[in-house]
Amino acid sequence: MSQQKLSIQLNCPLPKFDFDVITLGHGSGGVLTHRLLDTGVFNILKNDLLNEQHDGAILKFNGPVAFTTDSYVVTPIFFPGGNIGELAVNGSLNDLAMCGAVPEYLSLGFILEEGLRMDEFWEVLLGIKKASEAASVPIVTGDTKVVDKGKGDKVFINTTGLGRIHPKANIHANRVKPGDKILVSGPVAQHGVAILSVRQGLEFETTITSDTQPLHTQVIRLLDELGEDVRFLRDPTRGGVATVLNELATQSGHGVEIIQKDIPVSEQVEGACEMLGLDPLYVANEGIFIAVVSENQANAALQIMQSFDSSAAIIGTVTSEHPKQVIQHSRIGGRRIVSMLPGEQLPRIC
Amino acid sequence: MKYLSEYRDATLAQELLKEIKSIVTKPWTLMEVCGGQTHSLVKNGILKMLPEQITMVHGPGCPVCVTPIHIIDEAIELSERPEVIMCSFGDMLRVPGTKISLLEAKAGGADVRMVYSPLEAVKIAQENPDKEVVFFAVGFETTAPANALSVVQAAKQNVKNYSILASHVLVPPAMEAILSDPETKVNAFLAAGHVCTIMGYNEYDPIAEKYKVPIVVTGFEPIDLLQGIYMAVKQLENGEAKAENQYIRYVQREGNTHARETIDKVFAVSDREWRGIGTIPKSGWEVNEAYRHFDARNKFNLVETASEDTTTCIAGEIMKGKKKPFDCPHFGKACTPEKPMGSPMVSSEGACAAYYHFSQAEVLQS
Repeated sequence: MSQQKLSIQLNCPLPKFDFDVITLGHGSGGVLTHRLLDTGVFNILKNDLLNEQHDGAILKFNGPVAFTTDSYVVTPIFFPGGNIGELAVNGSLNDLAMCGAVPEYLSLGFILEEGLRMDEFWEVLLGIKKASEAASVPIVTGDTKVVDKGKGDKVFINTTGLGRIHPKANIHANRVKPGDKILVSGPVAQHGVAILSVRQGLEFETTITSDTQPLHTQVIRLLDELGEDVRFLRDPTRGGVATVLNELATQSGHGVEIIQKDIPVSEQVEGACEMLGLDPLYVANEGIFIAVVSENQANAALQIMQSFDSSAAIIGTVTSEHPKQVIQHSRIGGRRIVSMLPGEQLPRIC
Repeated sequence: MKYLSEYRDATLAQELLKEIKSIVTKPWTLMEVCGGQTHSLVKNGILKMLPEQITMVHGPGCPVCVTPIHIIDEAIELSERPEVIMCSFGDMLRVPGTKISLLEAKAGGADVRMVYSPLEAVKIAQENPDKEVVFFAVGFETTAPANALSVVQAAKQNVKNYSILASHVLVPPAMEAILSDPETKVNAFLAAGHVCTIMGYNEYDPIAEKYKVPIVVTGFEPIDLLQGIYMAVKQLENGEAKAENQYIRYVQREGNTHARETIDKVFAVSDREWRGIGTIPKSGWEVNEAYRHFDARNKFNLVETASEDTTTCIAGEIMKGKKKPFDCPHFGKACTPEKPMGSPMVSSEGACAAYYHFSQAEVLQS
């Protein structure tokens, strides 16, 4: 368990529950449910809208709104650098940010597996609190269900996010033009490798931690300063950077060229990927994004991004050649196609 | 990164390419034996950088590709038994058997688990004493020591619910099978570095001599491959044919004697069917008599069924170096990594998948 998590626990000790584990009764809607919600969820995540305890939150909006939803089923639920709760909050915040939106509200749906330890549930909840507070985005409505043991995997979380579109945002693949530069905001493949390092049967010693973090502050800064010169944003979660670049090529109709040596990969991650037979370009991330910025403003964007993470880099260019395909220039000067993954990335035998 | 970046150096690569160009005078066909080498050649764009006189053809060294379909069917059949936990390397999960793959069996409720090492499977057996844990032990000489070790460990720790379904294949007999084919185009081999790390390369001397082919034990990084190609071409141009070692940082002439002893303890040489190629005499290993209680075939009374490949896949021709993936009418059309017709399209080490992922041609020729 990380120091960080411990420090939160000291501030928020596990309250007295009637049970040491989640039971089917906690999802019955009856007394146990109410006790769990009152002592746990509402108490921890409290804010004006949630305190209303309506069937839903009543929100006011003027102008365009971004609306996104995502479910989190990661295993194990605790991993170096975070837990499923932080991931669920940051994930939806980031999806909003990638639309060019300023995140404002989140919903939270739990599907708990019977037998989940109460202290584990508590720690997940604290992860949610920590991420929601760090981003100043409240959780305003939610739901909790419990399924029979064996029908879930400890805890599944769904979050939905609502955000106001930034006045200067105009993010769309069809605005991408040949000559635009492709940037990445930090080192790739951290999250996927951190998860693999603690997966059962695969534990290996490493100090690699998940990169889970909210990205909207950085994106808002980019939009404030560069406005419509920011053409396309996406966070390379499942399927990694390679998948996002393929989406960019397909949706924009242009070609994408990337330079392998310019893609930031930490030595540790690169070593772990070599050992596991994985290509870092396809490994999941939870705290970086890909931005396509006009050629003129690419260096300005890079400076802003590097002020958040010094390893941010320009990794490639949009081109009118080879439409809809992603080409990588290898370190030794060769060229190859970077294709979509045809399913799960399966490690090689030898 | 130490021991990686040095072998991916652009300047060194250009120098080696220049050297290769300066010595090549005739057309030569070289076969890299190992799928890992195929993957690296294509991934790094090396095929397009070589002088046009040099043609690389891609050998049978992809364990996923050569595992016969009836053994995959056996693994699937075993995995569907309620008492069995089937453990496998990731690559094997997607390979189509006659009807389905292990991944599809898993989706249907079979307990199929991906492991990185057979020793994990032994651990799973210890943790699940009421289950039978079977490890799908495929691979070349490279994976054999760990697979053998898992059996030795299980025996030592009295883990009775562990067994392996072995489908081990050996490189030298396959090289001989390719060279004995009168239509073979192969002038020289890049032998598989990992295999030789275990086995050494004494066994390649007689092959080089008998068939008059240079054999260069070669690694997997771009610089390794370019240097291996350079050494092979140099021999060819000089009219030499000997076994040489490029991969000196790992491979010793006699190999890893400790690993070989472990293999000899558990396995015995047997005839083996290769998917797409046919049966090659003395080209595989099976669990020997002493350890037959750990042989899944013996434990579960598996009878070899004669399931056959029904597709018109040309995998065999490709692995013998007679054809290239682009020569197949199904390539990229009916046969893709999402729905492979043949095994070389499954593993990223398979020649077809490597071509599909990294070099869908038209673009790269522009």
